[in-house]
Amino acid sequence: MRIFASLKIAGRALRRNKMRSLLTMLGIIIGVGAVIGSVSLTTGATKQVEDQVASLGENVVTVFSGNFTSGAMRGGWGSAPTLTVEDAKAIAQLPHVLAVSPEVRDREQILANGLNWNTQVMGESPDYPQIVNRTITSGSMFSDQDVRSLAKSAIVGKTVVDQLFPGENPLGETLRIRNIPFQIVGVLTPKGFNLFGQDQDDIVIVPYTSHMHRITTRTFLNDILVEASSDKDIVQAQNEITDLLTTRHRSKEPDFTVRNQADLMQRVSESSRTMGFLLAGVAAVSLIVGGIGIMNIMLVSVTERTREIGIRMAVGARGADILVQFLIEAVTLSAIGGSIGIASGMTFSWLIASLKDWPTVTPSLWIVIAFISSTIVGIISGFYPAWKASKLDPIDALRYE
Amino acid sequence: MQTNPVIKLAEIHKVYHTGEVDVHAVRGITLEIFPGEFVALMGASGSGKSTLMNMIGALDRPTGGNYLLDGIDVSTLDRDALADVRNEKIGFVFQGFNLLSRTSALENVEMPMLYHRHRIHSREQRERAMHALELVGLGSRADHHPNQLSGGQQQRVAIARALVNQPSLLLADEPTGNLDSQTSIEIMGVFQKLNDQGITIVMVTHELDIARYTRRNVILRDGVIVSDTAVASRLNAEMELQQLRAAQQAVKLAS
Ligand SMILES: Nc1ncnc2c1ncn2[C@@H]1O[C@H](COP(=O)(O)OP(=O)(O)O)[C@@H](O)[C@H]1O
Ligand SMILES: [Mg+2]
Repeated sequence: MRIFASLKIAGRALRRNKMRSLLTMLGIIIGVGAVIGSVSLTTGATKQVEDQVASLGENVVTVFSGNFTSGAMRGGWGSAPTLTVEDAKAIAQLPHVLAVSPEVRDREQILANGLNWNTQVMGESPDYPQIVNRTITSGSMFSDQDVRSLAKSAIVGKTVVDQLFPGENPLGETLRIRNIPFQIVGVLTPKGFNLFGQDQDDIVIVPYTSHMHRITTRTFLNDILVEASSDKDIVQAQNEITDLLTTRHRSKEPDFTVRNQADLMQRVSESSRTMGFLLAGVAAVSLIVGGIGIMNIMLVSVTERTREIGIRMAVGARGADILVQFLIEAVTLSAIGGSIGIASGMTFSWLIASLKDWPTVTPSLWIVIAFISSTIVGIISGFYPAWKASKLDPIDALRYE
Repeated sequence: MQTNPVIKLAEIHKVYHTGEVDVHAVRGITLEIFPGEFVALMGASGSGKSTLMNMIGALDRPTGGNYLLDGIDVSTLDRDALADVRNEKIGFVFQGFNLLSRTSALENVEMPMLYHRHRIHSREQRERAMHALELVGLGSRADHHPNQLSGGQQQRVAIARALVNQPSLLLADEPTGNLDSQTSIEIMGVFQKLNDQGITIVMVTHELDIARYTRRNVILRDGVIVSDTAVASRLNAEMELQQLRAAQQAVKLAS
């Protein structure tokens, strides 16, 4: 009935003060935009982490040296050197274990072709590609014999090839790590960046024995990658590993940590949930700030238009008509602000995504939440000014200068 | 002739409670106004004319007495019911025009229909507003904004707005107070034309010559009626304007 008329009046009032309407909406625009932007980026990021974790393989168990719960305080994952090659060999004998790769990692300056490049050098077993679901494009993985003989064989990622052998076939070529010549026997299929911005192709893989004896002089492993015999056996494999290492290490509290993909996945979703709460907090604060802005302007508007209110009442507007008129104005402001915020947040995240090669996903649920909550903010912050307007006495309002 | 009065005031009082002193602005007014009348409420400044008009116009409630408007006891109605009475039964014209700025004449005239209890189709709103504007001689200025119109034209828009819901009563509080004498006569011409068509008009004025265009003069002093007389030699706005224009023409020719 009269709602339509009120909508028309509100629209006209807002258009009349375009600049002020825009400034009033700014709080909501920035708040909603920031939230939608960061939600899009973190959702995209979380999704990519999940994809990556999943792509590692469902049946992979990782044994880290150090205890996450207490050890983490001392220096982080894999810091306490407790895992040995013998541990890895013993794990390989367990009934529900299919394959094992003892892992050592190091950053090294490598030379080849008169060029040099700083990269991650990993010591692994021949089973490594199979465990982490990677393949070799050209050449082949080094063998168990290479491991036994501390062979100077290396597998390289595409980035290393691009840096050291631009436009050339690197197979059979030599690269030098700490001046030791390694022959390139294989090239990994490219996998791109992971979420932490690490280039998964900026990598050189050598036999773990060569790494521990030729490049570094280590006796301990960073961690052990284990492939369980099947998805279903993963818990059993974990228990076997835990029992085995507990008896082997004889320490009072465990000096190692066993994690599977499901654990990692859960951690990721936990951290994204924490992020969600944080964002919800930011959103709530910004909406409150935006709401205060709207209430402030609506109060000013009611005062400025006291005479108009008086005129409308004199020709027969009821208090409710005036209330609805101002309420609609407030809601229109906040809903338009919310919509602009959603659009700019999506644009912003899309821009970041295309510039920084980050993934971005805007969940439709958040769009709905953002729109509804900005509308509710409009109703709440518009109510008091509108109620004040509706309670004006027509004669006083008419006489207002 | 047995017609019922449009306005039937019985012992109306209005006391303003402001600060320490109570202002007794209207002190027992009894008055009947019948359909088709054209009444001028007169009196010195502060004699209670506006206070009385506001009560007649259902903008304010008396603190004592009874008021029947078209047979309805207005003194007992609540805020919403008063708003509906103002919308349907009363058209109000103010000294200061009280038009919405930056809103076209047509939209100003349409406004009362927005608040009508029964939804009026926007096409009908437009037609009725246009008709009202034509009635006051402003059909060609429908899309002008108030700041593009002269005072007299603005007051005509206000009159059109007051008429658009076909009220039983047209009220005007010093409608010529802000206008020069010739424009004032033009406005009186509009009122006389409307009155000839049967519309009941009550108008406040303190100008004696303006009151002579009406049919009945009621004079207030200190909140009471001191005189209530029919206008003996009623002026005709149309003829007065003709004479005025002839005189102006003569001055122009002489110079
Ligand atoms: N809202 C009000 N509050 C207090 N006193 C008022 C109010 N309105 C009018 N009055 C007083 O009531 C008396 C009559 O005023 P008013 O009706 O405006 O007179 P008029 O229109 O004849 O000049 C005056 O003394 C005036 O000061
Ligand atoms: Mg007055």
